Amino acid sequence: MAEVILKGVSKVYEGNVHAIKDISLEIADREFLVLVGPSGCGKSTLLRMIAGLEDITSGEIQIDGHTVNQLPPKDRDISMVFQNYALYPHMTVYDNMAFGLRIRHFPKDEIDNRVQEASRILGIEKLLSRKPKALSGGQRQRVALGRAIVRKPKVFLFDEPLSNLDAKLRVHMRTEIKKLHQRLKTTMIYVTHDQVEAMTMGDRIAVVKDGILQQHDTPMNLYNNPVNIFVAGFIGSPAMNFLEGKIEDKKVVFGGISMDIPPGVRTDGISDVIVGIRPEYFILNDVSPHFTAQIEVVEPMGNEIFVYFQLGKKSVVARIPADTKVRPGDALPLRINVGMVKLFDPESKVSLSC
Amino acid sequence: MRRRGISKLKLVAIYIFLILFTAATLYPVVRVFSISLRPGNRLLSTSLRIIPDGATFEAYRRLFTETDFLRWMLNSLIVSLAVTLTGVIFASAAGYIFSKYRFIGKKVGLTALLTTQMFPATMLLLPMYIMISKLGLINSYLGLIVVYLATVLPFCIWQMKGYYDTIPDSLHEAAIIDGCSHFQAFYKVILPLAAPALVITALFSFMGSWSEYIVAAVILQDQSMFTLPLGLKMFQANMSTDWGLYAAGSVIVSIPVVVLFIILSKWLVSGLTLGSVKG
Repeated sequence: MAEVILKGVSKVYEGNVHAIKDISLEIADREFLVLVGPSGCGKSTLLRMIAGLEDITSGEIQIDGHTVNQLPPKDRDISMVFQNYALYPHMTVYDNMAFGLRIRHFPKDEIDNRVQEASRILGIEKLLSRKPKALSGGQRQRVALGRAIVRKPKVFLFDEPLSNLDAKLRVHMRTEIKKLHQRLKTTMIYVTHDQVEAMTMGDRIAVVKDGILQQHDTPMNLYNNPVNIFVAGFIGSPAMNFLEGKIEDKKVVFGGISMDIPPGVRTDGISDVIVGIRPEYFILNDVSPHFTAQIEVVEPMGNEIFVYFQLGKKSVVARIPADTKVRPGDALPLRINVGMVKLFDPESKVSLSC
Repeated sequence: MRRRGISKLKLVAIYIFLILFTAATLYPVVRVFSISLRPGNRLLSTSLRIIPDGATFEAYRRLFTETDFLRWMLNSLIVSLAVTLTGVIFASAAGYIFSKYRFIGKKVGLTALLTTQMFPATMLLLPMYIMISKLGLINSYLGLIVVYLATVLPFCIWQMKGYYDTIPDSLHEAAIIDGCSHFQAFYKVILPLAAPALVITALFSFMGSWSEYIVAAVILQDQSMFTLPLGLKMFQANMSTDWGLYAAGSVIVSIPVVVLFIILSKWLVSGLTLGSVKG
C-alpha cells in the first residue's frame, strides 16, 4: 500500500536527448494508473525510472513517502512485469516465483505458502514443475504475474505486459489483471500503447507524448474533455474526426455546415478553429439533419456500423446503429450532437473549452 | 527415407562428399593409431592394415615406464586446467561487462582486444619472451599460463560477449528487481544461461594450451617441467625418431580432448534461453 509521487522528473540521455520532460504526477494508494502514449513517447522510460532501472536526471520520485532517487530497485519494494515476461528459463515455474523470496532469505514454509497461494489465484497450480519453454504465452504471462505478486510489494509496475498475446487472450488477461488489482488492493502503474487497454483498465490515465505529460484524468474525463488535439485523437477508437473550421457570427462553420458554438467554449477573438467530432456525435436524423453524407465505405462491426464519408475535403467516420440499412453510395441524413463537439486552437492545438 | 526437396542424385553427391571428408579426417588418426601398435621392427612398413601383424602395446608400455610421459602429462594438465579455469572466469565476467554495461572506453576496449588477434602468435613471441623474462617467470608454469591466457582471452571475451548479447536485458533487470545484487543476477540467472558459451570457452582455452608447442618451447627449459607437446618432440631426435613412442604418445595426448568433447557435447547445443521471453 503506497502512493507514488513524481516531482518534476526528467531524463536526459547522451547527446541532449530529452526522454522525459519535467513530469509531475501523484498516484494515490491503491490506484490503478495507466501510462499511455505512442511508441517512443517515454512512458516505459518513466516506468523504469520508478523501478530504479534508469537513473533520473532531475526531479524526485517518492514511494510511500520516501524519496527513492538513490535507492536500488531491490530496496524500493516494487515488482515489475515485463513485456517479454523475463522468466528465468533454467528454473521451473515454482523456482521462478520463489526466486525473489529466496534471495530475500524468506523462511522455506513462508515461500511455499506464498507460491501456492499465488499459483491458486492465477490458476497455475498444475504448472509449478514446468519450465517456461513448456508454457504457452498466456501461461507465461500468468507466471510473470505470479512472480510479481508473491513478493507482496508496495507497488506493481507493468511494462506493456499484454502486447505479446493474441487479441482474445489479451482481452481475457486484461480482466484478470483488473480482478487482481481489486483483490490485492495495491498501487499499480501500467504502461501500454493501447488506448483500449488504458480506457478499460485504469482508474486514471496519464497520456504521454514526446516525454511530456499531456493530461491525466479518469478515462471518461479524458474521453469527454481532452485538453488538446493529441489526447482527443489518441483516446477513442475510431479516433475523433478533426475538421478545419471558422467562427463566423457566433457560429462554427466547417465543411459547408454552420452550427451553434458548443456550450462552454471561449471563442473571443478567434477566427480559425479545429472542430473535433467523435464518430458517435453524428446522429441519424432525417427531420432536421445538418447535412447529408454520401457514404463511401461501410464497416459492419456486429453491434454497430462505421460509415466513412467526405465532409468538406476530409474523410470522416461516423458510428451508427447496427440495424441501419446502409450501403456504399447511399445518402445518410446526419445531425451533429453540437453539445459534445470540441473546438481546438489550430496554432497551439489546445482545447478551447473552459 | 528420402528428405523432401532433395533429389536422389544430390543425396548421393552429398554422401560421397561427406564420406571423402570423413576419410580424409580419420586417415591420419587411424594411421597414427596403427603405427603405435606396430612391433619395433615394422615401424617403417608401408602396409595399410589398421591392426598390423603382430600388433602390440609395447610402445604404450615403454611410454609410461621408460619415459617422463606421466610427468609431462601432469604438467600439461596443471597448465591447461589453470588456463581453462582462469580463462572461463575472466572471459565470462569481462564478456558480460562488455555486453550489458555502458562505460567510458567500452568501444576502445573491445577494439583493442580484437586487434590483438590480428598478429600471428609467432610475431608476439619475442616481446612476450622479453616481458616474461623481465617478470622472472621463465621456466615456470605461471609464465606459460600468463602467455596462454593473454592469447586465448581476447577471443573468449568476444565469444562470451556475443552470447550475452543474445540474452535479453530484461532477465538481468527482473533479477535485480527480485532482490539480486548485480553480481547475484550475473551468477544466479545469466551465467547458467550462458552454459553453451562457457563450454566453448572452456574447450577453446583447454585445447589451446594442451596442444601448444612454440610458446612452451620458448618458456620452459627444464625437462621435468615440459608439457606434452615438448615431451613428444623429444622422441624426435636428429638421427632417428622413435615413431612407435611418438605415435603412442600422440594417441594418448588426443584422448583427453576427445573425452572432453564427448562429455561436453550436450552443452554445446545452445538454445537454453528458449521460452524465457516471447517466442
